[in-house]
Order: sequence, then structure tokens, then C-alpha cells
Amino acid sequence: MLAFEVVRSFRYRKPSWRDFIYQLHFIGVKSQSVVITTGAATGMVLCAQTYFQFHKVKMDTATGAVVSVGMSSELGPVLAALMLTGRVGASMAAELGTMKVTEQIDALRTLAAHPVDTLVVPRLLAALVSAPLLTAEAVIVGIFASWMIGVKLLGIDGAYYLVNMNRYTIPEDVFSGLIKSVVFGAIIAMVSCNKGLNCKGGAEGVGRATTEAVVIASISILVINFFLTLFLTRLIKG
Amino acid sequence: MIEVRDVHKAFGSQQVLRGASLKIEKGEAVVIIGRSGGGKSVLLKHLIGLLPPDRGAVLVEGQDLACMDERRLLDVRRRFGMLFQMAALFDSLNVLENVAFVLRREGKYTDKEIRKQVAEALEMVELSGIELKLPSELSGGMRKRVGLARAIIYRPEIILYDEPTTGLDPIAGDRIDRLIRRVWEQLHVTSIAVTHDMKSARTISNRILMLHEGVIYADGPTDEILASSDPILHRFVNGISTPQTESA
Repeated sequence: MLAFEVVRSFRYRKPSWRDFIYQLHFIGVKSQSVVITTGAATGMVLCAQTYFQFHKVKMDTATGAVVSVGMSSELGPVLAALMLTGRVGASMAAELGTMKVTEQIDALRTLAAHPVDTLVVPRLLAALVSAPLLTAEAVIVGIFASWMIGVKLLGIDGAYYLVNMNRYTIPEDVFSGLIKSVVFGAIIAMVSCNKGLNCKGGAEGVGRATTEAVVIASISILVINFFLTLFLTRLIKG
Repeated sequence: MIEVRDVHKAFGSQQVLRGASLKIEKGEAVVIIGRSGGGKSVLLKHLIGLLPPDRGAVLVEGQDLACMDERRLLDVRRRFGMLFQMAALFDSLNVLENVAFVLRREGKYTDKEIRKQVAEALEMVELSGIELKLPSELSGGMRKRVGLARAIIYRPEIILYDEPTTGLDPIAGDRIDRLIRRVWEQLHVTSIAVTHDMKSARTISNRILMLHEGVIYADGPTDEILASSDPILHRFVNGISTPQTESA
């Protein structure tokens, strides 16, 4: 129902640039520290673990390729999306839920403003734009962090590290990761807004809506990621 | 202008409205009284299409709100302004942005014109110079007055008030009552309020409807209703409890 109303909203009313920019700042700019930290930590751990196993079979220089492919197509989009769910999805559900229980949503309606036009569309558009950019940021930081650990700390040959990374990471890995992140951005915004707008009761209801938004969005991301991986692998990589 | 025909509404197993019917003409100042939890606010929300009836019809200028989807209702709601019980100001926006909300959305006015209109609306509710304050920095009475400024700035034909004096001290309550009266007189709007505050009802209305057990039990001029000898009306107006109501 909410998705249907969002589609109708584009027909009836041009999205507000002001609200979109505000949400872009909140979702995109303010989530950077969380996403960068996640990307860096994941890249470092993945690099170290891969190195420890590959070193046993003298394949140290393949470490960069594993990290790069894993970060670009799987870990980058999924972990960035999960972090966004915690930071942005929870905030959206709580904010809209509070607006619902304090009659601010009803006030919007009495002021002839549709809640979907005013509240959901700017958040959805901002999430669709922010999610792939943040994912790209997480992937780049993760790969750089893995290079620092692999080359500077663990002593892998820097030239081979980069050559193997370039050889085995194909553009399709990056594209599939970015496509996934757009889907995840939509899931976070839609699930969170839906839970917030349908919140019932007082503070307890807001808490419940927030929890449900985070849980449902997180599980949806993990499950849909699996199917997207299968689908995109066939579609893009043939 | 507004007609409610045999409206029924239930929430789960709780039947709130059991066939409420009323008519309100243009320019009237009407108050709907009734006990707390008796469905007054629910009835008020039906008048503006915030709640759909389970059965019955709500007609505004002959258009049945129950047959409209949310987007068509938005057009009808342009005729209305509403002051909520807790004011329902948007807490992420300051007073200026709250009051200017509709004008900004319409996109017809320059920033200078909007500021001027906001200043006029705030002056009408006796709150000049607080444009940059956030709702959290305002007292309950001030919030209600900002809510009223937000409701009148686009000159609606009908203004709905949901318990306008609830939660206010007697002085602040009296101030709100006088403002409601002044808005009705100066802007020539139709004024519909729900309240259980009899002093407020006397000040802001020229007609009173009593909602009792889900139906309109009494309807008449303010003085007549307040002086009624009907036992239910008399007890309610004078705040006299009975053994049955004492447990409530």
C-alpha cells in the first residue's frame, strides 16, 4: 500500500527539494562516520583472516583480490546497509512514530498535506541516492584499510597485491554491489516509514515500531541479498 | 454546510458512535459537549475526514467524505483549519515554519510575504516576536495559540477545535476562549469545538450539541442548553456525579 502511494505521489506532486536535501544530509552526510568505520574494520579483518589461511598455501598475494571482490559485491553493500538500518531506519521509524502518536501526522493531513508526499518520498529518494554512495565509500575505505594491513603490517608484496586485486575484481562485481545498495536503501526507507506511519499507542508503540523496523529491514536485507546475488550473477556476469 | 448522518464508529469491540446525526450551518459557533471518552474527538475527526465512519455519511457542502480517498480529501480539507488538543506543532520546525507550513507548500508567496502573513497571524493570537522559537520552548497555552495561528493563516472557512482549553490553567484557558471568539467574529468562520469545559462552551458558542452514549442527545442554543432541566444535561452542565458515574 505504501509503495502504491509513493508511486501515486510522483504523479500528484513534485518532491520538495528542501526536504530532499535535508534528508540527504541526515542520511548521507551524517552516516559517513559509521559507514567508514564499518568499511575499514571489515576490510582489515577480512584481509588478516584471508592472509592467515592463504599464507599456509603460499597464496599471500591473492589476499587483495579476495578482499576486493568480497567488499565490492557482498560485504560492502550488506554491512553498510545494516549500519544504515541501525542509524537511519531506527531514526525514521521513531520520528514518524512519534509524529503519529502526537497527532502531528493528523495535523499534516488537516493542512492538506499527504504524509507520503511530505514525509516518505523525500526520505526514500535520499536513501536511494545515499545508499550507493555510502556503500562505495565503505568499499573504498575497506580496500584501502586491507592494503594497509596486508602490505604494511603483514608484509605482502604491494605490487602483487594490487595486480591480483585488479585482475580478479571485475566491474560487474562493483555494479552488482551498487545495484544491491540501491535496493537496500529502498528497503530501509520503506520499511521504516511504514512502521512509523502505522505506529499505535504511546511511547511503547514508538519503541515497538522502531524495533520492528530495524529487525524487519535487517532480515529483509540479508534474505534479499542472497536472491540478488543469484539473480545479478546470472544477469550481469552471464 | 456540514451534515453528519447516522454515523457509527467502533474501535475493536468498543462502539463509540452509535448513529450520531447533526447539521451545522455556515457561520455558526457550535460546541459539542459530552463526557470524557464519549467520542467527541472521534466525531470531530469524522468532520474533516481524519477518520472514516463504519456506517453513515459525513457531508461537507453535499460531498460525502466517506466516498473519497485521501488525495481527494486533501482538497476538501483546504476549507478546514484544526486546533488539536495538544496543538500538534511539528517539533522539528520553529514557530515561523510551523505557521507558514501551508503557505510554503502552496509556493505562491515570496519569503517576505510569508513572513508578513506569519507576523499578522501571530499578532492575532497575541504572540508577536516568537517566530524563531521551537515548540519545545513554548508553554502549553502558547503552543495552542501557535496552533491556532497555523490554522487561521490560510483563511479556512471552518475551524475545528479539539478540547481547546484542556490542560491549561484558568487564565490561559480564558485567553484561548477569547481568541476563539475573536477569530469567529473577525474572520466570519464556522467554528466547531468539542469540550467538557462548560465555561469555555458558554464563551465560544451560540449553539451546543450534547453527545451522549454515541448519539446527539441534545441540540439547542447555548443559554437554553446550559439552563436545561433535563436530568442528564443538568447533571453534566453542573458537574453532578451519580452513583453510576462515580466509578468512571
